[in-house]
Amino acid sequence: MSWLVVGPILVPLGAAVIGFAARGSDRTQRAVSLAAALGLAAIAATLLAAVWNNGIVVAQMGGWPAPFGITLVADHLSAAMVAVTALIGLATVIYAFGDIRRGEISYALHPLLHALLAGVCGAFLAGDIFNLYVWFEVMLIASFALLILGGKPSQLDGAVRYAALSLIATTLLLSGIGLLYGLTGTLNMADLHLRVQDVENQGLLTAVAIVFIFAFGLKAAVFPLFFWLPASYHTPRTAVSAVFSGLLTKVGVYALMRVFTLIFTQDVGYTHEILLWVAGLTMVTGVLGAASQNELRRILSFHIISQIGYMILGLALFTMFGLLGGIFYVIHHIIVKANLFFVAGAANRLGGSTELTSLGGFYRHAPVLAVLFFIPAFSLAGFPPLSGFWAKLLLIQAAIEKQEFVMAGVALAVGLLTVYSMTKIWLNAFWKARPEESGPPPPPLPAARRWLLLGPIAALATITLTIGLYVRPFYVLAERAADELMNPASYVEAVLGADNSGDRARQPADLGGAEE
Amino acid sequence: MESILSVLVGVLMAASVYLMLSRNFVRFVFGLTLLSHAANLLIFLSGGLTRGHSPLIAPGEVAPPAGIANAVPQALMLTAIVISFSVLAFALVLAFRTYQELETVDTDEMRAAEPATFGGSGSGRPGVLG
Repeated sequence: MSWLVVGPILVPLGAAVIGFAARGSDRTQRAVSLAAALGLAAIAATLLAAVWNNGIVVAQMGGWPAPFGITLVADHLSAAMVAVTALIGLATVIYAFGDIRRGEISYALHPLLHALLAGVCGAFLAGDIFNLYVWFEVMLIASFALLILGGKPSQLDGAVRYAALSLIATTLLLSGIGLLYGLTGTLNMADLHLRVQDVENQGLLTAVAIVFIFAFGLKAAVFPLFFWLPASYHTPRTAVSAVFSGLLTKVGVYALMRVFTLIFTQDVGYTHEILLWVAGLTMVTGVLGAASQNELRRILSFHIISQIGYMILGLALFTMFGLLGGIFYVIHHIIVKANLFFVAGAANRLGGSTELTSLGGFYRHAPVLAVLFFIPAFSLAGFPPLSGFWAKLLLIQAAIEKQEFVMAGVALAVGLLTVYSMTKIWLNAFWKARPEESGPPPPPLPAARRWLLLGPIAALATITLTIGLYVRPFYVLAERAADELMNPASYVEAVLGADNSGDRARQPADLGGAEE
Repeated sequence: MESILSVLVGVLMAASVYLMLSRNFVRFVFGLTLLSHAANLLIFLSGGLTRGHSPLIAPGEVAPPAGIANAVPQALMLTAIVISFSVLAFALVLAFRTYQELETVDTDEMRAAEPATFGGSGSGRPGVLG
């Protein structure tokens, strides 16, 4: 079964290599890109089905047994994240066919996109903390290159901020990994789960945990560390910013969820209290930032930040129900947010701008787009019966159950302010007449290209509706994932095998490490 | 030896923070380089600096004998050095291209993505360039 866990990394990586080799021929490159995106989707679906039916799937690379070799692990959370990644990857590839003309920047776009997907899938499947770091870097380097494709001044400016802060985060992550290795003598996350309990200096372990909060928190764009996101996400092409907005910050959220349920649970009263405050402040600052903006993609960028707060809230509550809500929120959010960026790009194509002041009249002239905006936008705001309603409901219930009434109140209030932002976009871009001074709209696109733009938007909107109306399977998936996170014994047993995970007497000195 | 290297890591970290606080992006890149050196030395230290036998497994055995040197930190450092090298190359090219396009390396004067009329006009066009 190991090919199933390796596939989501190998397929996009292969597509990136072939794509670069075939950069002379646009047609070949597009065919490779589409085929790889479809292949990734098929493998991700198979992997999810395998995990759903048989539990955690583990692959030991090169046949080295667990704590010594490289391990790839797909539990319910990883498999679900890989599946959503594949979905967004496929949608982005199709959208890019319509949005970016042949020979424009597509010579590098598709290969880099697949390199990014490989990095994201690798981070989701990595079973040891150093490989998590390596896949983070793969993802980052691909995203740097995607961000500056086209080379406009605003892109370079955005990339300076994005690259600078991301690189500080990954370097500190590396330091954190070094310290953790020094304390425990292992890198495998399942093994770490066992070893951290034996560390004598638990205070030092908590200090290392804070380094990890900083490093992953910066990637997830949480409260005091989010400045790079609204500075850069509105600058690249729509297809690129959509895939960024859907996937990149969520890798940070995933890593936080993984590390703070599996490894750093020794001082929950301290670390998760910090996460709780961070979650609250992230929600509030994000939504207030969005309220002050007038450019479509910048409004949406600030909303990413505020939504990250909800996901961290689920982790910070540190109950089964809280994590369930958080995981449901991540899955819902990736689909909705990428879709909203697609809509913003389509609005730019049809209206010639992404400024709310110079847009207008889409309700009349582009009714299909209006409906397709309505679904993700009001799902984001949490209207029933769309997916966002269930996500918010679960989280707020979990907060009340844990008696965090302030956080429940904050979550509700931020939801209201999200409605304000979405209504602002609706009124300005869709409802009001197109202002005279913005001139005639650009010439309409050929039908084929219009449907390449609208097709992915419609498909993702349908999925949002499906999650909203037929919530049961998605709820069960999130429930199983949360259950695995809260009870790591099954994860540890799947990775290390039944004998090793019970054998607490193994001498750490055999491995070298800090004990020497 | 460990204590000397620990102090060195601290000094490198402090110097890199000082450099990264600069508004000059080129200085920031130098700071980042120092930071990655500090991180690599930290990994090296965390493995312990003891002398040991080479980590070879005798035929027929399944585990190496006791008292071997730990090779893992060196493998980690090697990976990290390669990554930081490529990232540094990217950062330098980015600094150069940004200087060409925006005619400044002062990050406060780079306002193309977020024009001075904050929250107002939008993307794509160059803003106030100092």
